[in-house]
Amino acid sequence: MNNHLLSASIVTTKPVRTVLIGLAALALVLPGIADAVLKTDPAASSVSATFKQLNVPVEAKFRKFTAQIDYDAGKAAAAKAVVEIDVSSFDLGDPDYNKEVLKKEWFNAAQFPKAIFVSTAIVPMPGPAGRMTVSGKLTIKGKTTDVSFPLTLKQDAGRQVFDGALPIKRLIYGIGEGEWKDTSVVADEVIIRFHVVAS
Amino acid sequence: MQRYTKTAMLLHWLVALLIIGGFALGVTMVDIPGLTPTKLRYFSWHKWIGITVFGLACIRALWRLSHPAPPYPASMHGWQHAAASTVHGLLYFLIFVIPISGYFYSLAAGVPVVYLGVLPMPVLIDPNPEWKPILKQVHYWLNVTLLAGFCLHVAGALKHQFIDRDGVLQRMLPGRNHL
Repeated sequence: MNNHLLSASIVTTKPVRTVLIGLAALALVLPGIADAVLKTDPAASSVSATFKQLNVPVEAKFRKFTAQIDYDAGKAAAAKAVVEIDVSSFDLGDPDYNKEVLKKEWFNAAQFPKAIFVSTAIVPMPGPAGRMTVSGKLTIKGKTTDVSFPLTLKQDAGRQVFDGALPIKRLIYGIGEGEWKDTSVVADEVIIRFHVVAS
Repeated sequence: MQRYTKTAMLLHWLVALLIIGGFALGVTMVDIPGLTPTKLRYFSWHKWIGITVFGLACIRALWRLSHPAPPYPASMHGWQHAAASTVHGLLYFLIFVIPISGYFYSLAAGVPVVYLGVLPMPVLIDPNPEWKPILKQVHYWLNVTLLAGFCLHVAGALKHQFIDRDGVLQRMLPGRNHL
């Protein structure tokens, strides 16, 4: 982005060039203000799914995902978030179970390797700052639905920490087919939690 | 011959049935390949049985402390007393530590226990991938020990019943007090 500005400035007239260089410098100094995607820290970030099996809450993490967040506190309306999850990285804490959930009845990872969330609107909530409602399209196992969930933003040591919990119904996406449709064994409700640390 | 109290008998046989059921379920469930709803159900039932055994074991221990066991018949030798007491002590120890080892194994695996699917039990440790295989082995070998102790216990009871014919088994069976 900044490089584009600088290279573009070479062919422009001098006053314009000065302004552009100034803007580029500002963008370098204040990356948060620039219309740039935040840099996520994958090691500090996490995406997990919590579900209940026979009423026992179990949390499993997706070890591989990318989260692109384009957020500027001054221009919340222009904010955008895209999260791509590698479903084959779902970790139930047991290698055998991890293999099972990639099968057709569950994620069908061979055919649908990614679950994707793309925001359509991020609207600040009334009240204290840092709370917003995120709406968007969630695609799991090739099935796309409109979803909406609350997201909070906190500052931590100069970094932005986004936390969101998105409740979904697994059967809508066909997660758990055949005998696994029995919600007395695995509940329909699943909560997907995002914890994204970015700067 | 003096018998155990009715409460002690009830607790003994109830725990015996639960242990046999829990053991059979445990052996069956780990042999189910992959992941099936039945497997998940069996795991939960197995854990509920374990919690029940642990609770009953606590009641048994308290009952035993306040109600001493009836004396052994005079015909029994000193070494037989020692052998019987050792096996009883071992079984008492195991009905406590086997449920505990299974409980912590489950917690280490990141699966807390919800008793009867209703009552969430305390989550005493965080999921721990290092402890998980160790606790699995501990739970397994304690159960192998239980199987050995159980066989000795049953063999002893049958020997007293059919070889010694000294009425030791009757002490743990309800009936008229004419022995």
